[in-house]
Amino acid sequence: MASLTIRNLRKSFGVVEVLKGVDLEANTGEFIALVGPSGCGKSTLLAMIAGLETVTSGEIYIGDRLVNSVQPKDRDIAMVFQSYALYPTMSVKENMAFGMESRGVPKAEQEKTIARVAALLQIEPFLKRKPGQLSGGQRQRVAMGRALVRDPALFLFDEPLSNLDAKLRVDMRTEIKKLHQRIGKTTIYVTHDQVEAMTLASRIAVMHQGEVQQFADPDTVYNRPANTFVAGFMGSPSMNFIDAEITSTGGGAPAVNFPLSGGGVASLPLHNGVADRAQSKKVILGIRPEHLSRQSASNSGKQGFATMSALVEVVEPTGAETMAVLKFGDREVVGRFSPDEAPKTGENMPLAVDMTRACLFDPATTRLI
Amino acid sequence: MADAVLGATVVEDREAAVASRRRLISRIVIYGLLGLISVVYIVPLLVVVLNSFRTNAEIGAMGLISLPQSFRLDAWPQAWSDFCIGGQCNGVARYFWNSVAMVVPATIISTALGAINGYILSKWKFPGSEIVFGCMLLGVFMPGQIALLPWAFLLGKLGLANSVYGLVLVHCIQGLSFTTLFFRNYYVSIPDDLLKAARIDGAGFWRIFWKIMIPLSPPIIIVTVIWQFTGIWNEYLFGVVLNSGSNQPITSALVALSMSGTTVRTYDVMSAAVLIGALPPLLVYFFGGKYFVRGLTQGAIK
Amino acid sequence: MAIAGQSVSAGTSTWDRIKKWTPVFIIAPSILASFIYVFVFAGWTFYISLSDSTLLPSYGFKGFENYVSLWTNRRWSVAYNNLLFFSLFYVTLAMAFGLMLAILIDQRIRAESFWRTIFLYPLAVSFIATGTVWQWLYNPGSGIQFMVNALGWTDFQFALTTDRKNAIWAIIITGIWGSAGFSMALFLAGLRSVDPDIIKAAQIDGASWFRTYRKVILPSIGPIFIAVAVVLLQFAIKTFDLAVALTNSGPGISTTFPATYVYDFMFQRGEIGQGAAAAMMVLAALAIVLVPYSLYLVWRRRRESRNG
Repeated sequence: MASLTIRNLRKSFGVVEVLKGVDLEANTGEFIALVGPSGCGKSTLLAMIAGLETVTSGEIYIGDRLVNSVQPKDRDIAMVFQSYALYPTMSVKENMAFGMESRGVPKAEQEKTIARVAALLQIEPFLKRKPGQLSGGQRQRVAMGRALVRDPALFLFDEPLSNLDAKLRVDMRTEIKKLHQRIGKTTIYVTHDQVEAMTLASRIAVMHQGEVQQFADPDTVYNRPANTFVAGFMGSPSMNFIDAEITSTGGGAPAVNFPLSGGGVASLPLHNGVADRAQSKKVILGIRPEHLSRQSASNSGKQGFATMSALVEVVEPTGAETMAVLKFGDREVVGRFSPDEAPKTGENMPLAVDMTRACLFDPATTRLI
Repeated sequence: MADAVLGATVVEDREAAVASRRRLISRIVIYGLLGLISVVYIVPLLVVVLNSFRTNAEIGAMGLISLPQSFRLDAWPQAWSDFCIGGQCNGVARYFWNSVAMVVPATIISTALGAINGYILSKWKFPGSEIVFGCMLLGVFMPGQIALLPWAFLLGKLGLANSVYGLVLVHCIQGLSFTTLFFRNYYVSIPDDLLKAARIDGAGFWRIFWKIMIPLSPPIIIVTVIWQFTGIWNEYLFGVVLNSGSNQPITSALVALSMSGTTVRTYDVMSAAVLIGALPPLLVYFFGGKYFVRGLTQGAIK
Repeated sequence: MAIAGQSVSAGTSTWDRIKKWTPVFIIAPSILASFIYVFVFAGWTFYISLSDSTLLPSYGFKGFENYVSLWTNRRWSVAYNNLLFFSLFYVTLAMAFGLMLAILIDQRIRAESFWRTIFLYPLAVSFIATGTVWQWLYNPGSGIQFMVNALGWTDFQFALTTDRKNAIWAIIITGIWGSAGFSMALFLAGLRSVDPDIIKAAQIDGASWFRTYRKVILPSIGPIFIAVAVVLLQFAIKTFDLAVALTNSGPGISTTFPATYVYDFMFQRGEIGQGAAAAMMVLAALAIVLVPYSLYLVWRRRRESRNG
């Protein structure tokens, strides 16, 4: 059953169209991440789901109810804001009670709910404090607590972790995941951080310029990105794009070719019928950094692996892994290697490319072939 | 080597001595100037305070600016209830209470309206609300002279001519622009997310105002109340034009008092009267100085 | 189910529409009052200035006659010449004095708030009270002259308020005394808003104290100078209380100001038409100062938003 259904939703501010026909649905208990660069319309979409922005056209259903013109308070939702938006003059407890008071929940029940949620989030020690006396992580917890006491049909998160420092952000991410697993509420989570989206969501909607580019589970979004935008946005470092041409090699098996710096041509064989789906000979070859590795006995003869060599320009060790900028013709390509097979600057590195994981895109439409 | 080090410390010492002497001189100049100017600022206040306790004969003989030789309190009760102003010998008490009756309701009403207006113009914007705000801002700059005739006419029609209630109305409307400006500028800095959260929590227009905005407002309420209180208390033009005789506020009475001194001036009583008139805003200033200055700077630069 | 949902939402939306307009209903009286106060009052006074009103408002139209007789009136020429003279010295001196105080206080002095309290207290006192006391001090028979004479310098003369030529200086001096603290407060706020890193950079560049102020700090608070000047000019144009309390336009008519002229003609002489014309001139003078200033503010905001 769908907890949230959005059909052909549009939003304009004057002549500027920020949402251009969005379709989305969330099944009960799902964790949906809305991800995209700033200005892609994800926060506007969330505000419209919350009822804080009016709908220009299209429909929003929460459960079976059309909520286009329902007040935020009547939508059975709860929201956690980027700035937390805790009422600064109220104690933590009063913050959590505020919404229940508005709805006329009896005092005894309020106490019970607050006690339960406070225990769940381990915020009992600061119930009497004001938000100003709490640390960033504690405020974050309180903001979630204020949402949890509502026990809504839909949880909305608007970049809730972006005000935390890096370490705390990772910890809180895990907590949110645990929390969602425990309470199992449908959640819509806006973020610009693709790692957050990947780790938390059961499905990800990648947005760009007011449109949903792809709406799928994290694995599909990462491995079969719908177009070059999604491919480039998800994953860090980004997927490498190389302009290439499809040819048939001597044996008749198709391959992608692109020129190398020395005047030579790299020819990487393709697998299982991808070439047949291509509309034209020209394609964009997409290879993720981790699908490049040093040629070795274990991978050089392996099915689906192509070999080539490339000049190493820059090497950036990060400890756990080493990034290297390689020269593919006149283009720079990033590879991600384990430290023991890491290249040296200036080396002409023999590479094995995992072509089973490579993506081809149509240069005209930028779509995945 | 040792010599060089020694030489260096000697030079350093000399430099340090020069630097500290220069610093001393500059400090003397700074405090000297500040002290001198302070004398100019304090003397007028001191003159009034001291003269309200001296005998008039002594002031006549020694001048206003001299050390007191006598001390008595007679001038104060005289100024309060006996002194003759414009043919009536009831002191300034009556005018003082007129001012109180004018300033208290006018301050409360204009501050309350300003809070609500500022809340609406910053958080519940509607089409044209920016233009509305712009028009209200114009009121800040209107010279009182332009409004004199219309007010006189309007108050006459409303049956409020020559009454303290009339002045309350005048100051409420006159102050509306300022109070709205103060609150609006304060409220725009309150994050909108707070109101969104409250709306999701089911709070409406008034609940958000009372439960979220007002608890955040004490600083701006104090600034506005002080601004309105001192401004209205010290106002002269409307009081003297729109009201007459025993319905005038204290500022008009002070002018009448210093003009009426055709015979020998009773500086002792007049000093006490001036102090009575200046005391309420001065007390407000000395107790709420920080907020008073904040109001001044905010009022000047929007 | 969806239809039911729709009907529910339609029901709420009527109620919501009423609620949506609550803020407008609440603010409407204030808007109306402000509108009347600003536009109707000004328009009415303008109309009176074109009428043949004398002792009481009357609505016989006589065009710009009141303005013509205003501008041929010798008293009016005294009034606006006084305003120009007063504005020039009052504004520049109050600014200079306030800036000096602000710089002195900015030198990390002890008991800063004590000094500030001293220089600002005149702002809490009415111009009426200030003017009354200073009038006593200017009085040669009991005030400053009397004191200096008593100290032994018997030739000393200081009788501004009784001297036709110099009476305006009494108002200028008292005006500065009353408002220098105000310009000090604004300048001090400006000085404190300068990025301390810029000042450190200037010190490392070897700039002297004086040069740091002249070349680095003061130029970066340029907008404050304009703001202070505009506010003080406004005070100058509205000068009424001080002139009444200090000299009551005298001796003779020598310290008449436009604002006192309005009062005089409207309520002492029963020449409402001409008083209204003078009031319109006061409004025009304010507009001359404030319209360019608000255009400047708009321009600056645009430029800032374009750059940032």
